[in-house]
Amino acid sequence: MDFTISDDRRMLADTLRRFLSEHYPVEHRNKVAYAAPWHDPAKWAGLAELGLFYALADEAAGGMGGSGFDVAVVFEELGRALCPEPVLGQLMAVRLMGAAGGDPGPLLSGETRYAVAMGELDAPYDLDGIETRAEGGRLTGRKSVVYGGAGAERLLIAAAGPSLWDVATSDAEVAGYGMIDGGPAAEVFLDATPGTCLMDSAKPALEDARDWAALALSAEALGAMEAAFAMLSDYLGTRKQFGQPIGGFQALQHRAVDLAIEIEQARSIVILAASGMGGPEQAKRAAQAKHLVGRIARQVAEEVIQMHGGIAMTWDYPVSHYAKRLVMIDHQMGDTDWHLERLGGMLAGG
Amino acid sequence: MDLSYSPEELAFRDEVRAFLAEALPPDIAARVAARRELGKEDMERWHALLQGKGWLAGPWPVAFGGQGWGPVEQHIFEEECCRANAPRIVPFGLKMLGPVLMKYGTPGQQAEYLPRILDGRDWWCQGYSEPGAGSDLASLKTRAERDGDHYVVNGQKTWTTLGQFANRIFCLVRTRAGGKPQEGISFLLVDLDTPGIEMRPIRLIEGGYEVNEVFFTDVRVSVGNLVGGENEGWTIAKFLLGHERTNIAGVGFSIQAFEQLKTLAQTVRRGGKPLIENPLFAARMASVEAELEAMKITNLRMLDRAARGGRLMAEPSMLKIKGTVIRQAINDLARRALGPAAAPFPSEELDNLAIAPEGHARNAASYFNNRKISIYGGSNEIQRNILAKGMMR
Repeated sequence: MDFTISDDRRMLADTLRRFLSEHYPVEHRNKVAYAAPWHDPAKWAGLAELGLFYALADEAAGGMGGSGFDVAVVFEELGRALCPEPVLGQLMAVRLMGAAGGDPGPLLSGETRYAVAMGELDAPYDLDGIETRAEGGRLTGRKSVVYGGAGAERLLIAAAGPSLWDVATSDAEVAGYGMIDGGPAAEVFLDATPGTCLMDSAKPALEDARDWAALALSAEALGAMEAAFAMLSDYLGTRKQFGQPIGGFQALQHRAVDLAIEIEQARSIVILAASGMGGPEQAKRAAQAKHLVGRIARQVAEEVIQMHGGIAMTWDYPVSHYAKRLVMIDHQMGDTDWHLERLGGMLAGG
Repeated sequence: MDLSYSPEELAFRDEVRAFLAEALPPDIAARVAARRELGKEDMERWHALLQGKGWLAGPWPVAFGGQGWGPVEQHIFEEECCRANAPRIVPFGLKMLGPVLMKYGTPGQQAEYLPRILDGRDWWCQGYSEPGAGSDLASLKTRAERDGDHYVVNGQKTWTTLGQFANRIFCLVRTRAGGKPQEGISFLLVDLDTPGIEMRPIRLIEGGYEVNEVFFTDVRVSVGNLVGGENEGWTIAKFLLGHERTNIAGVGFSIQAFEQLKTLAQTVRRGGKPLIENPLFAARMASVEAELEAMKITNLRMLDRAARGGRLMAEPSMLKIKGTVIRQAINDLARRALGPAAAPFPSEELDNLAIAPEGHARNAASYFNNRKISIYGGSNEIQRNILAKGMMR
């Protein structure tokens, strides 16, 4: 048994953390995350230059990582810095492109930015409910809340079946917008839009990409909640009311400790999910992580605000932005209840 | 035991319903229902319509231009207003300063200020909290020093709600240093046009502007603007906190929010069926609904006690804690029901894309904004302190 992080991954984490703390201080983050294009293209290029995307694929696919732990390390750092760069789309595209036998080269170098469009208004997570139709190499339908969709060069689109399509963003009608917790997204309207079919039967590949996304988002939340908790600890030690630091009050001490316990649980389930990627329990572990982290992240967000008091309700105090991200992560790639129902189904199915 | 309203109370409820159906402007109700920010004109228009009916200050005594409503009538009125998506009455003049002046003000102050609250000439805001004095309000530092027949005020207030629309502010200021902190505080009325006052907006978590910081630099205020005696402001502050609590449970807001959630869960489709048919989500809703039904009765039990002249001690704190928790739980489900459609940063242009069902594009924003309700007006932790002090002695 050995729970230490390998040297390679420690280095990856340190490099990324340094880059983000240097290039993404929270003031800069808030400036770019809430105004078009809702991220910083120069920093995106910087991440590509760093070779970050190569960590998302294994050597067979031309990358230099690609394990669950590589992905977890990357996203934990992105979360810690509250980074709005749309790396998730790149990760999912790497998985899907690999499954389709396509060339992930332009993805890994960062030359091409992809967004993955799975969800629709009435089927945000459910692959069987997709209504976008493909006919004669053309797609018609609407993909909703496509994370990273604004400003992406190409879209990987799940159509009914589900089948998987590669579409140039310039061929579709893309209405970009920012999210309440920062970062780009888009509505994608397809009206006999030309595309290339990558896979006719893409369900296993899409489920795999979703598992990886669930791991990545859980790790991102873990990084964000650790950062938010650190700010809370500082505040409890410095804010004085009734003549003493508020961290001296047992009522708050106990609640802070409860959060620390929950965050350890979150770290453990992320480790378990990372170790399960590529194995027979991948789907279950990813769902367990996303379910637990969804619940814990909301608890951390709400408690961190409440224990700070009014100050954490303000835009100018960074905790508020961490809290928003922590809550809204649960709206991506299946929320805590959606994964819970799947887990229940797996239990019932033996 | 009889859980229903009396015939007179039912008649009053029908009268309120009929009035709201006729008088509440549909454009304002639509904005309230969709949780959009209201403009100053919206609130002033609604106040004027209520004043036209004589209901703006329903609980005020008839002698001061009110209807002399008791707690039950007041409750019925507020619940019906929520149900109809009427704006909340701006409380600072009507529910806070008005009652303070009636109890502690001089006849001259009453005659000067009360009519101006009713006809809308004055919009009051509150100067209580300071950056260093939140939960520990008595540690406030803004000082008012006597100079002839004036006080000279220096310091900073914060969390001043809707101060951007106000022309006057009532403040707690320190008029004596040393001694117990509560004993050197006074209650002062200040015209916001006085030189030396600066109001700066504070942007909130979801991006909206509703609170402000107020800076006072050598602001000269006539001693005639002191309410009650010098150094007796804490008594008034405590009276006010008690008064702020008539609708402290926010049951009306919760009832309305739950109705909207029900409609939403019937509209949103998941797995080819309305979300409300999803057993897990329906169970979460049903659980909150049971809490809400219990809260309604708790609220009525306490109103009944108040109406029979009983003194409410622990009850307001209990109502505040449980009421805010329930309201936040409903907000939470209204956000979750949307799935990814909750994510877009709300804007007018985005409304055209109809990502969320109509009226629900701001569910996440209002979930975040309403994290404030367990913090303001004495945080739920402070309420627990009050309760514990009462129970454990």
